Amino acid sequence: MTTQDFIQIILFFAVLIGLTPILGNFMFKVFTGSKHLMSPLFGWLEKLTYKFSGIDPDEETNWKSYTFNMLTFNFIGFIFVFFIQLFQAQLPLNPANLPNVSWHSAFNTAVSFMTNTNWQGYSGETTLSYFVQMIGLTVQNFVSAATGIAVLLALIRGLARKTTNKLGNFWTDLTRSTLYVLLPLSILFAVVLVGQGVVQNFKTYDTAQTLQGVSQVIPMGPAASQIAIKQLGTNGGGFFNANSAHPFENPTPFSNFLEMLALLLIPAALTFTYGKMVGSTRQGWTIFKAMLILLVIGLTISLYAEYSTNPIFGNLHLMEGKETRFGITNSVLWATATSAASNGSVNAMHDSLSPLAGMVAMINLMLGEIIFGGVGAGLYGMVIFIIVTVFIAGLMVGRTPEYLGKKIQKFEVQMAIIAVLAPNVVILLFAAWASVCSPGLTSLNNSGPHGLSEILYAYASAAGNNGSAFAGLNANTVFYNLTIGIGMLIGRFGIILPVMAIAGSMAKKNITPTSAGTFQTDNWLFIGLLIAVILIVGGLTHFPALSLGPIVEHLLMNNGITF
Amino acid sequence: MSAKQNISLFNSKLAIQAIKDSFVKLNPALLIKNPVIFIVAIGSLLTTIIVFTGIFNGEFSVFNLNIAIWLWFTVLFANFSEAIAEGRGKAQADSLRKNRTQTIARKLAGKLEVLVNATELKKGDVVICEAGDVIPSDGEVIEGIASVDESAITGESAPVIRESGGDRSAVTGGTKVISDKIFICITSEPGNTFIDRMIALVEGAKRQKTPNEIALSILISGLTIVFLLAVATLPAFFSYSLTASGLPQSENLTLPVLIALLVCLIPTTIGGLLSAIGISGMDRLLQRNVIATSGRAIEAAGDVDVLLLDKTGTITLGNRMATNFIPVEGVTVEELASAAQLSSLSDETPEGRSIVVLAKEKFNIRGRAVNQLNAKFIPFTAQSKMSGVDFKSSDNRVHQIRKGSSEAIRSFIHNNNGFYTQETHDIVSDLARQGATPLVVAEDNRVLGVVHLKDIVKGGIKQRFAELRKMGIKTVMITGDNHLTAAAIAAEAGVDDFMAEATPEDKLRRIREEQAKGHLVGMIGDGTNDAPALAQADIGIAMNTGTQAAREAGNMVDLDSNPTKLIEVVEVGKQLLMTRGALTTFSIANDVAKYFAIVPAIALSLYAGKNGIGPLSALNIMKLGSPQSAILSAVIFNALIIVLLIPLALKGVRYKPVSANVALSSNLLIYGFGGIIAPFIGIKLIDILINM
Repeated sequence: MTTQDFIQIILFFAVLIGLTPILGNFMFKVFTGSKHLMSPLFGWLEKLTYKFSGIDPDEETNWKSYTFNMLTFNFIGFIFVFFIQLFQAQLPLNPANLPNVSWHSAFNTAVSFMTNTNWQGYSGETTLSYFVQMIGLTVQNFVSAATGIAVLLALIRGLARKTTNKLGNFWTDLTRSTLYVLLPLSILFAVVLVGQGVVQNFKTYDTAQTLQGVSQVIPMGPAASQIAIKQLGTNGGGFFNANSAHPFENPTPFSNFLEMLALLLIPAALTFTYGKMVGSTRQGWTIFKAMLILLVIGLTISLYAEYSTNPIFGNLHLMEGKETRFGITNSVLWATATSAASNGSVNAMHDSLSPLAGMVAMINLMLGEIIFGGVGAGLYGMVIFIIVTVFIAGLMVGRTPEYLGKKIQKFEVQMAIIAVLAPNVVILLFAAWASVCSPGLTSLNNSGPHGLSEILYAYASAAGNNGSAFAGLNANTVFYNLTIGIGMLIGRFGIILPVMAIAGSMAKKNITPTSAGTFQTDNWLFIGLLIAVILIVGGLTHFPALSLGPIVEHLLMNNGITF
Repeated sequence: MSAKQNISLFNSKLAIQAIKDSFVKLNPALLIKNPVIFIVAIGSLLTTIIVFTGIFNGEFSVFNLNIAIWLWFTVLFANFSEAIAEGRGKAQADSLRKNRTQTIARKLAGKLEVLVNATELKKGDVVICEAGDVIPSDGEVIEGIASVDESAITGESAPVIRESGGDRSAVTGGTKVISDKIFICITSEPGNTFIDRMIALVEGAKRQKTPNEIALSILISGLTIVFLLAVATLPAFFSYSLTASGLPQSENLTLPVLIALLVCLIPTTIGGLLSAIGISGMDRLLQRNVIATSGRAIEAAGDVDVLLLDKTGTITLGNRMATNFIPVEGVTVEELASAAQLSSLSDETPEGRSIVVLAKEKFNIRGRAVNQLNAKFIPFTAQSKMSGVDFKSSDNRVHQIRKGSSEAIRSFIHNNNGFYTQETHDIVSDLARQGATPLVVAEDNRVLGVVHLKDIVKGGIKQRFAELRKMGIKTVMITGDNHLTAAAIAAEAGVDDFMAEATPEDKLRRIREEQAKGHLVGMIGDGTNDAPALAQADIGIAMNTGTQAAREAGNMVDLDSNPTKLIEVVEVGKQLLMTRGALTTFSIANDVAKYFAIVPAIALSLYAGKNGIGPLSALNIMKLGSPQSAILSAVIFNALIIVLLIPLALKGVRYKPVSANVALSSNLLIYGFGGIIAPFIGIKLIDILINM
């Protein structure tokens, strides 16, 4: 690595850390209904939305109604995206005359975008019309991220309030996060991206003569607007199949830097919002630090693996699957960030990463997408781990465990365990199934341990609602479309439902005042504990499988054996 | 005979019984109560079946047999820990029960007296007890007064007075009337007296899991499911890897190996010891002569962060003592002392006696023969608020000496046409400010001076409160004294807050306020008027000498009636929770090493070259002898660690009164970090022994 690489990495984290309190504080104002920067600009639109849909923005509901509204909204979104794919040939804005999508691919894609996963079993430019991309997918890019924020807000209110059953209004939270946070940021970002050369048009595909004399189809489309929100909303679903490795999605080093930053920006800033809303920014920074440390540990291992020599390539770095425009450091930084943030957009092919770097990405998914994670989702997932940590270690101070003054009792433990179990059930059961059945195995492009890694990665990506893939797997089959689709549903709602139940039960509790006898959850000791519990509980679950995939592949590679 | 009995950790009689019970507890109906150990038992059973079918098929496997044996040991060791804890509880309970032999009660049926068995007594029955009778059950004296020997439950040999009305009306079954005759209304159903309940709790028979224990078992059951998934899916990944390595499917993992891996990963240590920890917590409380009516109460004790403490008896010694005589101008100290002593000669209150003693010690004024003075003593009454003496002096004039509160003496002086001076007033308020109780002494129409009565703060109590503060527990002193006096004593004793001139209603209100702010409140009380507060408090400890109402309202009874006990109860609660947390952490931390033992062992042949050693052997960082010895070592370690930790589960982790942060760091270092390191060493040692 050169000094320039280090400077880039440091600059990246410095900007991220610097923007966290700024955006975090802005979101705090938005979500608590105070006056803010955007209210003169979009305030009328918010009021109009409520008037139009007959919502009283101040009417708060209990956790069950909140959850019911959220589920209804998501279900309608799913149905809509599902059907417009089935009938896209009959619908407008289809200049490439793409045919209707198969039912299983449509199911998979609809679930994928509704759950903020953006797993793409299909290839964007050869499957979906502009209409589906814009009206179906881009809309879900916004509202799935907004749903994540809404769930998080309900959880925060459950923690911050006492002896109440009111958790806020789902529609208000949805409207505000879309209108004031996601929309303005994406507009701003899309404009900057267009400035960098990202395409944004409704043209038919161009055809060019290459130097070899063959003709090449050059896809076009409204890319910049979708790219902005796919990064900011931790969606990750590319406009083009090559995602941000495609020069029309990510043309310059500067656009690359911004896109990397954008994918961590909101999840990082939400930790600050969280701290503000629970009444202690220290609590927010504690979570931020724990996430950052886990991210940096992963990044370090990945960079080490990518830059170290091996008997097959010697000193040559593994450039297969990477853009020469970005080089190793930027590809690895992106890979780490995108897998940590439940984004899933890529600027290099994860399938071609060195085994250990691929494993780091996989672990980021398997831990439950809590290292910054999806917008809203990463943080509420992290709170689940905090509850588990507090429960295990909190007893050691001689009190029944409490977090932010709320006692953690039977119900919360039950729900937290369900939330921890849900994604693991998906990863282990489906991956095990796929690795022994022929519909699972015939999709593999690689043999040996790498094939197992591809399967593991696919289901980890589904369960973590990440959406990135080890590209070696042909996942557009009935088997994978259905199992991954179900996996995404369990990975999303298997966590959301227990989180909402916890929010409801926490809201009812009183807050025990802090004293010297309180188990502190805002110091370095707690950060260390939290990281240890995440690694032990999350890691131990997957260690056997990982040792048969990337670990053994790494060891074999060091012995000079490939498959 | 007292509950206070130290039972050595493993006495042989208890141990033998516990070994027997460990086998009794193999009954599936009992095992299923502990899901983690139940899974181990199923694994043991399956492995055993595999061993036997192997024998019939002529494929006897020593390895499988070893695994089966050690898995059974794991189950038995877990059972043993519970049995030994129960046994110790039983031993404590037996000592309580012994004095409750089949008593014949004299029950009143109308006006007739019938003899019935004590066990047939119902709530509301009235019985008669005379000198020599054993009180048949818990009850309340409704008529009469008697001295009762309560040594059977308290170990205190001096008899106590029990009388109808007031705060000393409750009697406990099993105690003995020494004098007089009392009528007792039975207040508890048969088999449901305090002691019955406590016996049930420590014996474990009716022991219900406490809330935190339930939450913890859910957590470890959840982790068990996670690991069950990880192990159950492993054969599929293995099958893929075998194909990729060109090996036959017959080399896939065998069931005994999978079971061994599962048992090593699931939290068997805490799963096995969890109920022993709970039972021994009750047991430790009983050793301190406190009876809890539910296990939940001990957990709550650990959470208490506000303690309401009565000043008298808890913070100060029971009685105020005279420490100084302060005369007004024109009166000598000796005159004042003499008058004060004279007025106190027949005063049997501790304050009165302390005046006599002080006068004698300081000025060598001896008690005079009372009858020589033709003196008539005026006792203290609630109306007059003073006491004293009327006597004829040599000139045959009648003199009145009075001592009492400043208000009482002021009106006494006024009634005698005297003048209550500003000087007196100053002395009184000065003393009050120091936290003392001023007792004004007057003769006829003038004030002689003031006796300085002082509350004596118990030695070491300030230190105790400082410790509590470090643990984050706020202490609130409750007293009927006025604000000034209360403030001074509060400062001297080092409590965080105080309530002066507190009525029982004030106490109740204060508890509610603290609870509304999110605090958990502990208090100790004895009177009937304490009952609402005791019931409202999260931990209400009733003194055994208190009324039945108080004892019913609280959730613990202190047999020693020692108000300082509250602090010990909190410590027992905290220690119980710490022990649970420490062993859970230890149990989970252990898994790291077990993985490094088992995974390289089972995956040795995968992707192997010609020498048959696959690349994953690089994970064998402990350099264990063979795959089979590695797996066996992990299983053996897993079983033995339960036995090794039984003493810790029974005694509880070392407890020091320190802040949460300090407690956490030291426990983490020992049980968290130690939990990662210990199995690496243990498994390696066992492996060396196996391969010797």
